[in-house]
Amino acid sequence: MTIPIRKFDSLVIGAGGGGLRAALQLAKADAKVAVVSKVFPTRSHTVAAQGGVNAALANVMPDNWHWHMYDTIKGSDYLADQDAVEYMCRAASHLVYELEHSGVPFSRLDNGKIYQRPFGGQSQNFGGAQAARTCAAADRTGHAILHSLYQQNISAKTHFFDEFYAIDLIKDKEGVVLGALVLEIETGEPMIIEAKTTLLATGGVGRIYRTNTNAQINTGDGMGMALRAGIPLQDMEFFQFHPTGIAGKGMLITEGVRGEGGYLVNKDGERFMERYAPNAKDLASRDVVSRAIYLEVKEGRGCGPNGDHVMLKLDHLGADVIKSRLPGIRDMSRTFMNVDPIEESIPIYPTAHYTMGGIPTNRFGQVVVPTDHAGEEPVTGLYAVGECACVSVHGANRLGGNSLLDIVVFGRAAGNHIIDYLKNNRYHKPICEESVENAMKRLSRWEDTSEGESIDQLRADLQRDMEEHCGVFRTKEILEEGVKKIQAIKARMVNARLKDHSKVFNTARVEALELENLVEVALATVHSACAREESRGAHSRVDFPDRDDQKWMKHSLFFMEEERMDYKPVRTKPLTVDTFPPKARVY
Amino acid sequence: MKFSIYRYNPETDDKPYMKDYEVEVTKDMKVLGALKKIKEQDPTLSYRSSCGEGVCGSDGMNINGTNRLSCVTALTDLVGDKLESTIEICPLPGMPVIRDLVVDLSQFYHQYRSVKPYLIAHDQETEIEHLQTPEEREKIDGLYECILCACCSTSCPSFWWNPDKFRGPAALLQAARFLNDSRDDATAERLTDLEGPYRLFRCHSIMNCTNVCPKGLNPSKAIGDIKKMMVKHVI
Repeated sequence: MTIPIRKFDSLVIGAGGGGLRAALQLAKADAKVAVVSKVFPTRSHTVAAQGGVNAALANVMPDNWHWHMYDTIKGSDYLADQDAVEYMCRAASHLVYELEHSGVPFSRLDNGKIYQRPFGGQSQNFGGAQAARTCAAADRTGHAILHSLYQQNISAKTHFFDEFYAIDLIKDKEGVVLGALVLEIETGEPMIIEAKTTLLATGGVGRIYRTNTNAQINTGDGMGMALRAGIPLQDMEFFQFHPTGIAGKGMLITEGVRGEGGYLVNKDGERFMERYAPNAKDLASRDVVSRAIYLEVKEGRGCGPNGDHVMLKLDHLGADVIKSRLPGIRDMSRTFMNVDPIEESIPIYPTAHYTMGGIPTNRFGQVVVPTDHAGEEPVTGLYAVGECACVSVHGANRLGGNSLLDIVVFGRAAGNHIIDYLKNNRYHKPICEESVENAMKRLSRWEDTSEGESIDQLRADLQRDMEEHCGVFRTKEILEEGVKKIQAIKARMVNARLKDHSKVFNTARVEALELENLVEVALATVHSACAREESRGAHSRVDFPDRDDQKWMKHSLFFMEEERMDYKPVRTKPLTVDTFPPKARVY
Repeated sequence: MKFSIYRYNPETDDKPYMKDYEVEVTKDMKVLGALKKIKEQDPTLSYRSSCGEGVCGSDGMNINGTNRLSCVTALTDLVGDKLESTIEICPLPGMPVIRDLVVDLSQFYHQYRSVKPYLIAHDQETEIEHLQTPEEREKIDGLYECILCACCSTSCPSFWWNPDKFRGPAALLQAARFLNDSRDDATAERLTDLEGPYRLFRCHSIMNCTNVCPKGLNPSKAIGDIKKMMVKHVI
């Protein structure tokens, strides 16, 4: 069969903040750019970010990028690459002003400047008093940013392929990435998009867990594509559990609630974070707060008839603050818990939220792989930004407000690097038939009309196993069993079949393709967690409770082939300032 | 609980039909939860959904005669305690159906793009923010929060009749969002673009848009405000 081909200078896969920021940079430089998204762009999960984006604007109190850099590295438990962190924190103010210029309706201070609120893990003067660094549009900052970026792309005439699902990367024999095979969901027909560069911006993979804050679309598609292309995933054992998900359901309640003065209480009404983090209290890092909640519940101080959650108290903030600064979470509490936070506390429990790990890149967004001589080199033509990537600016634990920053900073950086690449690479390389055939096999495999296991059952089993074997607290035994269980699910995938083989808008087919990615990424996650014998950031090993910088201050790399682990050093040298050496991490 | 759902697959069906399903439900369940259970029974049912919390706007559909988001509509909102009653689910009205509950929103998006839904500001200073007082910023509250779910425009009779010429409530709400933004410099241009008998003035204040908006926004009022600005602009 002949597959239709479209040619562009640059292909962007994913239309969240990272993809759209990169596309905007490219379109404004008159590059021919195509954005492929499996949902209409404003449905991308950036839309659900609530609290804000960090930048040391110093609009509320003294602040500077260097303090932000320190907090980010401390928050990462010293696993972040310090050159990338310096780059991000230095660029932050510029990027936020740029967002403001592009129309983002930030909340305002009385003097007309952008409103900033305190968030977890923020300090002035390298670990001093609480800072207020998170620029917010009420509690809908992600919505405000995503819509503005999409709108700017309309103005810049970016070409969108809405509701197209990316199947796999197309590479030639030298490993140069030439574009991707995509599926038009409406028609069920495949199409090849040829491009001189391909950027993966497909977001995170919270859907490997049963209870999570993520949208259904967060299935790690770009990570799966990278793994199948022979590229490793980095630091996948570090999965962030957000402290305040709606108990039993998982919807996100922003850290901004605690930034505005809300706090957590146990069944005795005790403000228990004072015991775990005497200085920062409820605004300690997310990993710290999540573990505290877990322990409170485990030790019998949980709330409710089953003692299985704690309460987030904010009624003391007053109706005005809640209505003007936190209207979205008020809506959500009322819709999902019948609780109006103006009058009552919200029942909350930690929930799977953010993938710190991902496709390894440098600070230009280029995907990098290890070489034979212990170094690393870029994969020609391939870029990745945002939650699907690992630069790494978040290390072992991301600070709230740094993910919206990550996507715009590195979306722009990747866009700029691609523009330079295009200047020096003016022609498309010939497409590789074998690579297209391999990608097509991924589609045709689901044409098999025999009986087999259902996608729903396999996904439910995967999510249950990941929750039970790769959660907040981990041990060798639990993780080893987890590896076996996820391997068993991968083996069962071979016998999975679709019941619906129609072409037009067949969402069952898309879900099957997504599940393949979920399984591969879950396997990377549990393997990486099993291998790392220390506790660092979000990775808490009961059997290895301490951080071990001697042995483990290094990045994990998981390869799909032979399910192999490898490691690479943390880049501890910043661009211009002194290194922040690892210290005990207390809040 | 019983559900009667609009089904149409252009590959196999000559015309659409309603199909009945029965699923076990709980009192705290939303319509989306029931749809997922139905899809487990019958994987051929297609609908859009994503965030599951009312912010992405994917799952607008017509539920018991009203356009709503399935993920934030509680079954008990529809039937109270009478879980034995039947809920009817159809695609958003007036748009071409691609399959089952999935409609083609091309015209809706076209109208959105037509109002230049982006900030137009001349002479920006590059290294600092535009100043905007809290009062100025408040003027776009109730306008910027739109999630483009299309519940409003597809409940509007004027949009059903003229989806190619009338901008529709969602696009006009977006126009109002920029007309009321103190940072925007294109007021005259935006109003001129809305002149003529259709683009703005096909709105007859039927108010369906405001009644169905799942985010509690008021496109009808926004359109009224644009009409007032238009009068001043023309004079």
